Amino acid sequence: MALDSKIPQGPLADKWTKHKNDINLVNPANKRLIDVIIVGTGLAGGSAAATLAELGYNVKAFCFQDSPRRAHSIAAQGGINAAKNYQGDGDSTYRLFYDTVKGGDYRSREANVYRLAEVSSNIIDQCVAQGVPFARDYGGLLDNRSFGGVLVSRTFYAKGQTGQQLLLGAYSAMNRQIGRGKIKMYNRHEMLDVVIVDGKARGIIARNLVTGEIERHSAHAVVLGTGGYGNVFFLSTNAMGSNVTAAWKAHKRGAYFANPCYTQIHPTCIPVSGDHQSKLTLMSESLRNDGRIWVPKHKKDVEAIRSGNLKPTQLAEEDRDYYLERRYPAFGNLVPRDVASRAAKERCDEGYGVNATGEAVYLDFAAAILRYGKEQAHVKGLNEDDETLINKLGKDVVKAKYGNLFQMYEKIADENPYETPMMIYPAVHYTMGGVWVDYNLQTTIPGLYAIGEANFSDHGANRLGASALMQGLADGYFVLPYTIGDYLSHDIRTGTISTDLPEFEEAEKKVTESIAHFINNKGSKSVDYFHRRLGKIMWDKCGMSRNEKDLKVAIEEISALRKEFYKEVLVPGTADEFNEQLAKAGRVADFLELGELFAKDALLREESAGGHFREEYQTPEGEAMRRKEFQFVSAWEYKGEPKDAVLHEEVLEYNNIEVKERSYK
Amino acid sequence: MNLTLKIWRQKNANDKGKMVDYQVSDISPDMSFLEMLDVLNNELIEKGDSPVAFDHDCREGICGMCSLYINGEAHGPGRKITTCQLHMRMFKDDDTIYIEPFRAKAFPVIKDLVIDRSAFDRVQYAGGFISVNTSGNTQDANSIPISKHAADEAMDAATCIGCGACVATCKNSSAMLFVGAKVSQYALLPQGKVEATDRVLNMIHQMDAEGFGNCTNTGACEIECPKGISLENIARMNREYLKASLKG
Repeated sequence: MALDSKIPQGPLADKWTKHKNDINLVNPANKRLIDVIIVGTGLAGGSAAATLAELGYNVKAFCFQDSPRRAHSIAAQGGINAAKNYQGDGDSTYRLFYDTVKGGDYRSREANVYRLAEVSSNIIDQCVAQGVPFARDYGGLLDNRSFGGVLVSRTFYAKGQTGQQLLLGAYSAMNRQIGRGKIKMYNRHEMLDVVIVDGKARGIIARNLVTGEIERHSAHAVVLGTGGYGNVFFLSTNAMGSNVTAAWKAHKRGAYFANPCYTQIHPTCIPVSGDHQSKLTLMSESLRNDGRIWVPKHKKDVEAIRSGNLKPTQLAEEDRDYYLERRYPAFGNLVPRDVASRAAKERCDEGYGVNATGEAVYLDFAAAILRYGKEQAHVKGLNEDDETLINKLGKDVVKAKYGNLFQMYEKIADENPYETPMMIYPAVHYTMGGVWVDYNLQTTIPGLYAIGEANFSDHGANRLGASALMQGLADGYFVLPYTIGDYLSHDIRTGTISTDLPEFEEAEKKVTESIAHFINNKGSKSVDYFHRRLGKIMWDKCGMSRNEKDLKVAIEEISALRKEFYKEVLVPGTADEFNEQLAKAGRVADFLELGELFAKDALLREESAGGHFREEYQTPEGEAMRRKEFQFVSAWEYKGEPKDAVLHEEVLEYNNIEVKERSYK
Repeated sequence: MNLTLKIWRQKNANDKGKMVDYQVSDISPDMSFLEMLDVLNNELIEKGDSPVAFDHDCREGICGMCSLYINGEAHGPGRKITTCQLHMRMFKDDDTIYIEPFRAKAFPVIKDLVIDRSAFDRVQYAGGFISVNTSGNTQDANSIPISKHAADEAMDAATCIGCGACVATCKNSSAMLFVGAKVSQYALLPQGKVEATDRVLNMIHQMDAEGFGNCTNTGACEIECPKGISLENIARMNREYLKASLKG
């Protein structure tokens, strides 16, 4: 099947408005006759569920957690971008569009990104109306901060808990509809297959995670808002339960999977502390507004620090290498995430890492404390030369800005970041790749939609900070509710879809058999044993930098590991009870397939772009080298084993932005 | 570290349940509490035993999924943290640790340490929202200035993660800190004032219907709350409730 991105004709700035005027609508009385299933209740799924229910559709929403409020969007810290230009610093829809396309290393779709920038302002209005308590200045207006890869302050925030507040906003909108009976909520339910009838997505098979019961649910359309697949690396900043299963099952039923190798490795996470580690914790990018990143200039100081004979605070300024400021004077510590992560890896690979394993760099607030302290002393008319006073005043400002993040760091690392620099290292955080969708957010299966991180559409090869929240809410509140109506307008006379159809029968049988396999296998190793091994292959060979040789080895290793998994996995308990190991086994099985496709995709992409860095393709200065012949989306069609997947290319065209070398120098 | 764990095991909602002893060894002080339980579970699985079921997801203190009553305290020793943020450096070699589920009539046990907190969701369905549609035509976000003080106070109330530690800690199993936080967030903001009367009446009605108890001003909830939600929110809810009741 040829890929049709269905981008409307006309000038970029008019496309969305024109498209909304051209598409079909469903009248209010007919919406009552239409059912929509939404899987996942994060920012994308939650906002879509609420909006579709407000419009009058019958919504069934599913989440694997015990409440829709717990989806992992809740953990986003820093903020949400919007082209409001409240700061009067030159922001505009075009500039947000430009920054996002450039930040994505010219690997995203122009029309989608422009639409995202266009609706961004509305998101802020909507959230404020819902009672989201964004940070404000003393005049009572909304405050902004800046984030990496841009030259304006367009990020709205609620302390270091912006994701939480936006998600609780979407959850509150859902609550209103659940209370009215327009959303039927299925907590602790996991989608295990999508059901296709006459070529259209018409329902799902879900497992009730409390009773183990396998359930059939039908609808006229199915929406996946199931997040990213960062947990293929085992260690990531994702929640423990975050998984690719819903997206992968859709892929196996015919939805193309796009750009799986585009992974965001976030530069500021707390380093790994030992083999017991179950997940990694992010320190918000907003910290790079005030924190300076450095390692010692000389190896002898590195040795002294590692052996505990030298404290970082004792090292003189001239003996420190603020490598981001050195390499990228224009953006300094606020370069985009992919650039910052690679630069940290480069220093650590050269032997300048500052912790025992050599995999950590410093994020230092001493300069910010001094600067803020002086500013406060000046404002308050106090002695600007009193070091103790300056220190105290400066710490108070830093605490007000980042207090909860500092507290979080201290709890985990057992060090006081007000007194000594934080140690950080890059970690897997977000996946730009995902289910391929057209301009309407529809996958290659009619009636199946993918929104938020689950799709691939807006961030290209690298996502800018504070743009994930923006995309999730844009898709759910403002895009999908229009585009899905166009599709559903053909279903007003269809009537309820029966769950007795043979297609439901077949899908349920497949799910039941797979569960029975896990329960009856009685192997010798736990699910986690395999997940950790997969994660290690991914991190070592498909991580921050990749090369042909390693990727080929990774493909073989993952394929072998998958066979071993099916033979040796041990899942305790039964199928008809609360059984977390069973749920995990299914998720890891899918990661074991996705991981191989991921490596295959990375092998195919003989260029470096954004989060995908191929060692063979770099400039003499070690920067990413993009190649014109790879200016396409790789969309993979499932054909059995991951190795047999068939590539479809969607060529990317840039008519409104000049494709040039992405420089932050 | 070597530790003795006394853990509540209960097969399902209908099982009576009991405490069972386990030993774990070579526990690193840098492990989180849940990573220590991962170690135990891995051993149990590879021995062919049933692992201990417990709720968890984000493991960074924000999703509110983890719970546990550890040595008689919700989220264990330590203040302003959830169980997933509790680290083993808080314990000593040879310690005995008691691990139980959050207990309240409104939070029935599903299995072992996993509880059903859907009562919290139902209280939110009753009124935890502002009735505004996603029309795309809401007024500009800066058209109503909100004082920084009110915005910050609303934010403090809004940081509740819905974990249920307040209920588990309260001798009356009261949910008034949880409900008070949501009522307060909206009562403090101009957007929330329009529906304030109905909201507080509906949420409190549902709270009572779920079987949560009343507040008798002990204040233990505030101490154990991982997000430091203040008792003031209960006082504010009471004032809102009184106002709403008088208006009828």
